Amino acid sequence: MIAIVDYKAGNLTSVKKAFDHLGSKTVVTSTPEEVATAEKIVLPGVGHFAATTALDNAGLRDVILEKIEKGVPFLGICVGMQWMLASSDEAPDVPGLALWPGECSRFPAVVKSPHVGWNSLLIRKNASRLLSGVAPGSYVYFTHSYRVPLLTATAAECEYGGAFSAAVEHENLFGVQFHPEKSGMVGLRILENFCRL
Amino acid sequence: MLTKRIIACLDVDAGRVVKGTQFLNLRDAGDPAELAAAHSSAGADEIVLLDITATHQKRATLTDTVRRTAKELFIPFTVGGGVRTLQDAGAIFDAGADKISINSAAIADPSLITCIAQRFGSQAVIVAIDAKRNGSSFEAHVSGGRKPTGKDALEWAKEAESRGAGEILLTSMDRDGTGIGFDCELTHAISETVRIPVIASGGAGNADHFVEVFRQGAADAALAASIFHFGLTSISDLKSRLFAAGIPMRFPC
Repeated sequence: MIAIVDYKAGNLTSVKKAFDHLGSKTVVTSTPEEVATAEKIVLPGVGHFAATTALDNAGLRDVILEKIEKGVPFLGICVGMQWMLASSDEAPDVPGLALWPGECSRFPAVVKSPHVGWNSLLIRKNASRLLSGVAPGSYVYFTHSYRVPLLTATAAECEYGGAFSAAVEHENLFGVQFHPEKSGMVGLRILENFCRL
Repeated sequence: MLTKRIIACLDVDAGRVVKGTQFLNLRDAGDPAELAAAHSSAGADEIVLLDITATHQKRATLTDTVRRTAKELFIPFTVGGGVRTLQDAGAIFDAGADKISINSAAIADPSLITCIAQRFGSQAVIVAIDAKRNGSSFEAHVSGGRKPTGKDALEWAKEAESRGAGEILLTSMDRDGTGIGFDCELTHAISETVRIPVIASGGAGNADHFVEVFRQGAADAALAASIFHFGLTSISDLKSRLFAAGIPMRFPC
């Protein structure tokens, strides 16, 4: 069972629908008890970084960290990936999981923000399990105003007002800045790779 | 590289896709779920479903149609028409839409933009502006283009952005359904006024019109309906022509 963590920060219908299409069993949940029994965890996210405080309020931070420690595959999507870093300029007082160093920053003023639309992936880790079978240069759908810098864990980067992390991967930790559930066949392939881990 | 988006629009009336000229003379063009899937596999970057009769008939948007259309669609899906409250928007998101488009209700109560953006995120809120030339300026209209609002389209776009809109869907009422090309002057004016993406709509008749609206109009995306439904231009042909003209395009594998 894959737990799709609901922290009341937007609409999870599309994420659940994509997993349903792939034949994966999911539960949309906001309780630590259900997350504790999950085989995999997906943390979606749209909207504001500050919304992740709901994860702390619901007691979900500790259970997510425990599961990650035990090696359970974890996928953060959009703000869910940003939360894997220490912090974001969007809400500097709100702590992330600090799984990686660095912080999320806003796009520079030379480009329109938010970054909305289909942009291409520059794949940096050919051995990426999440991006297995995804052709270099494949297009995926983004919609965000803040971005994750390039990290040693960066599996794919994207160019918009400079390079940023489009996908990160290290052992059982995975994150995507784009929306795989909205990225056509390429996105479904990525979710299928996660399901098969 | 960020591509320019080609968006297929399904104008829906009573659960069927229709398309008229300047909102009149509706012709039946098929089932929304089937057409959305066909457009997606042909390379459409997004699908917009507009319930065109919802506002003036005071009818709620057909959530069943939305649910059925969203079920097997894995590209961004926007729904508009008849969204008047946060609850209306919530029901449409529950049915599987990723974004809602609001027009009349936002004009009547601009705080609705902020209200939906705070709950579902700005990326989920598109403010649709139906603009009509009025001398040297453009005036926003509502109720499917039936009622002038007295609001200047440029000022309204700026206000919508400041209230939390994530994108502007800009329709030229003068060009809609004519096939003589987008209003590039209008599109450029709005695109220069706001920092959020602008989707140009109304008037697409051939591939050159799309090139013009991306170049001269500075549009981030362009939307068309009848041009695709009746096989006048396939999306993949259109994208190949635009790509050859130097416009960045996505081709699905």
